[in-house]
Amino acid sequence: MASDKTTRRGFLEFVLGGGVIATLGAIFYPMFKYITPPPVAEAKLSQLKLSFTRADIEAEKQKAKYFKYGRHLGIIFLEDKNVLGALSAICTHLQCTVQNRPDWGIIWCACHNGKYSYDGKNISGPPPRPLFQFKVKEVGDTIFVSLEDS
Amino acid sequence: MNNKDNVQSGLVKNVYRWIDDRFQINALVDYMSHKEVPVHRHSAFYYFGGIALFLFIVQVITGILLLMYYRPGADSAYESVRFIITNVSFGWLIRALHSWSANLMIFAVFVHMFSVYFTSAYRKPRELTWVSGMLLLALALFFGFSGYLLPWNQLSFFATRVGTGMAGIAPVIGEKLLIILRGGEEVTGATIGRFFGLHVAILPGIFTVLLSAHLIFIQRQGMSEPLEWKNKGAHEKRYIKFFPSFLMRDLLVWLIVLNVLAVLAVVFPDGIGLVHWPLGIKADPFAPPPAVIRPEWYFMFAFQALKFLPAHILFIEGELLGMGVFTVGGIIWALVPFLDKKSSKGQKSKFFQAFGCFVLAFIIVMTFLGYILK
Amino acid sequence: MLYRIILFLGFFAAFQTTYAATSNCLTCHREFEDKSGPSYKITQDIHFQKGLGCVDCHGGDATLDDMDAVRAQKNWRGVPNHLQVPEFCARCHSNAKYMHNHNPMLPTDQLEKYKTSVHGKRLFRKKDMKVANCISCHTVHEINNAKAPHSSTYPLNVPFTCGKCHANAKYMKGYNIPTDQLEDFKQSVHGQALLVKKDLGAPACNSCHGNHGAAPPGVQSLAAVCGNCHAIEADLFDNSPHKVAFEENDYPMCETCHSNHKIVKPNDSFVGDKKPALCVECHSYDDGTNGLATAKAISRALSELVATQAQAKKVLDNAALKGMMTTDEEFRLNEVNQVLIHARSLVHTINADSVVAEAEKGIKKADTVKINASALIGEYYFRRKGLALATLFITILAIALYIKIKRVDKKLAGK
Repeated sequence: MASDKTTRRGFLEFVLGGGVIATLGAIFYPMFKYITPPPVAEAKLSQLKLSFTRADIEAEKQKAKYFKYGRHLGIIFLEDKNVLGALSAICTHLQCTVQNRPDWGIIWCACHNGKYSYDGKNISGPPPRPLFQFKVKEVGDTIFVSLEDS
Repeated sequence: MNNKDNVQSGLVKNVYRWIDDRFQINALVDYMSHKEVPVHRHSAFYYFGGIALFLFIVQVITGILLLMYYRPGADSAYESVRFIITNVSFGWLIRALHSWSANLMIFAVFVHMFSVYFTSAYRKPRELTWVSGMLLLALALFFGFSGYLLPWNQLSFFATRVGTGMAGIAPVIGEKLLIILRGGEEVTGATIGRFFGLHVAILPGIFTVLLSAHLIFIQRQGMSEPLEWKNKGAHEKRYIKFFPSFLMRDLLVWLIVLNVLAVLAVVFPDGIGLVHWPLGIKADPFAPPPAVIRPEWYFMFAFQALKFLPAHILFIEGELLGMGVFTVGGIIWALVPFLDKKSSKGQKSKFFQAFGCFVLAFIIVMTFLGYILK
Repeated sequence: MLYRIILFLGFFAAFQTTYAATSNCLTCHREFEDKSGPSYKITQDIHFQKGLGCVDCHGGDATLDDMDAVRAQKNWRGVPNHLQVPEFCARCHSNAKYMHNHNPMLPTDQLEKYKTSVHGKRLFRKKDMKVANCISCHTVHEINNAKAPHSSTYPLNVPFTCGKCHANAKYMKGYNIPTDQLEDFKQSVHGQALLVKKDLGAPACNSCHGNHGAAPPGVQSLAAVCGNCHAIEADLFDNSPHKVAFEENDYPMCETCHSNHKIVKPNDSFVGDKKPALCVECHSYDDGTNGLATAKAISRALSELVATQAQAKKVLDNAALKGMMTTDEEFRLNEVNQVLIHARSLVHTINADSVVAEAEKGIKKADTVKINASALIGEYYFRRKGLALATLFITILAIALYIKIKRVDKKLAGK
């Protein structure tokens, strides 16, 4: 009788101890995973650091590359006099992706022959609105694009 | 006798003895085990303070975790919160837990406060416990208000603009206060810096001091007994030991709350219904404000009451008068233990019971109207 | 200061209008005309608004109050008949020097162009009294700039301006041309864009037919006309074997597959080796051109891309519905759509390899979306399972704790 009681008591202590450990495990596992740095170790800022350099843009046949800015697609391109410009890459007519035409010195949408100047103004064809501009800043080899003036 | 039973295994026993040798814990445990908690039909309300405490601990832990990735600033706050919920493993969970437990904590605090109020538990000798509790409530509300802005999304931006704007209508100091709060004329990146400092350093510091005082008061004085017990014989009163009986029950309640919290955070990581905090789109001062700018639910009654006031009452601006009434009301509420002379003599004050009912009804009705009226 | 200038200009404009309105022409004519008469309508006319009066077109002298005396004036031009209208307008509009002083932006070659149009040829050579002249399209006494939304020549109004005659079977009787162009146009992708979506970039009748020189585009010029907007497609077509073949057979280029007024939104079923594909209209497997084999390969590549895209979208939608963050994948799916647009353009090369290569690029991207979206859904279930496990642990602990409490209570009560 007495031994039976001890076993029961022992079992309860075991479940209690196990439960505490398991619960602590359930609490600490996500916490441990959380503090493990993710593959990209920091948040991207609204000033976007591009993963390529000016040389990469110059190497492109169209003298332009695309970049992802939040939910938006942008295009960065070599203007004349080697100035870098960046615009939204989404045509304001029917949302096709625009491209650089270094031979014409304009940004061009192939879908319906829409044309934009390098500062984003819709200058020909169906586009109803200009493309919005990104600010480009070069620090050494690194290119930053942002929407703000900073 | 009792203590020895609770110290079982050899190792634990030795460690306990080692510490006890130096800090005399036995006295403390002895003290706690003599403490008793009354048992009656409203005993369940004794747990709400503990629930609030537990949720506050969750807040501290998840808050510290969020700090590892959060970066204040107009061009990093939103991005870093987005990063937390998309890129960091379990980041979504930590944010969801932080938001859910914040809301549940405020709720638990309100329940705790009204249960104390209606049982007149604030009466002598617990006046300071009540006052410290009121200060803690005020701090908790500031916590909520300052934390709301930190993700720097469209909703929080406009809610904060409206909220801080209310500070601006205070007489004389209003404009100055507004500029100090916002860190400038407008809600900008500078505001995030201020709110961030407030949320993670200043408020927690003050809160910890006050919370310690609040808990020490309770430990010194024990749980308040209901007024009706005054005339009962000793054999009619039932108690349980604070240690271990009440503490173990407390732990059980905490476990249940933890599980509820986990379910809410996993199933509704962005909240649901009126308690909703989707990250949404980044704050843009030039974008049109969202159709409904609503404060968080625990500010709703005040927000709605101010909306009901006419633009001018006599010579005073309606909103100003409303704010004044709320301020005075809050102070009176905090000083109730000193005003309610009857309860300190062991009698229930009809007036203060009615006043409490009025305040509770006012809060419920105004909150309700705030959500149903356009 | 600025305010004063505006005030002055205001007075000046008011004076001008008052001058014209109180000219004797309007005073008398309004006595016997109702509100729809020229003397009332003219106030809506751009010429009147720019300060021209009745006499500037009709001649005479506005200060006289006797109509016989007006008619007796040397410069009296009166009312032109249908055949005289073009030259009546051209008196000013073909006068480069005169127009320069009023609107330097406006061309002065309208009459020249009109003479080359089907309308002009019929009017001048056959003295056709029904064919359109200037006022048929521009209205009379309510003439307005094409940029004014209420103008008959505003892009959104052009189809109905032309349709006034061309969609009127009774009126067009005897010309032996169809009258269903307006109805066809309304159903076309262009008509939908222009009239339903109010896309001012979409073509109206005059975008393809010209306005003053209105005529059906010739077979040879068709690709050039369409190529104004569909530059890539025109370019690809020009370098394709079809160009030569169509020329040899006198097929109307783009129109051969896309029709003319009822240009519906192109559909992948246009291409293929079985009906309803259009390729089989000309090609057969034994025509020695490899045409249907190419069509089949193109069709298969496109439909595979479309199907993969649809699957990817379905998985992604499911993930989004479960509340997962899908922004990155939506981005990628958008890229797939761009690839699809490009692949469809490449159909005009009728080169299976280039279409297949492009389609494969898109399929690869869409597959990535599918994989990543599935991973998101997996993550969703992982969360649920983790929660279930944690709940199990906590529940066991809670139950054990509850039993422990009961026991301790019992023990304490026993003492």
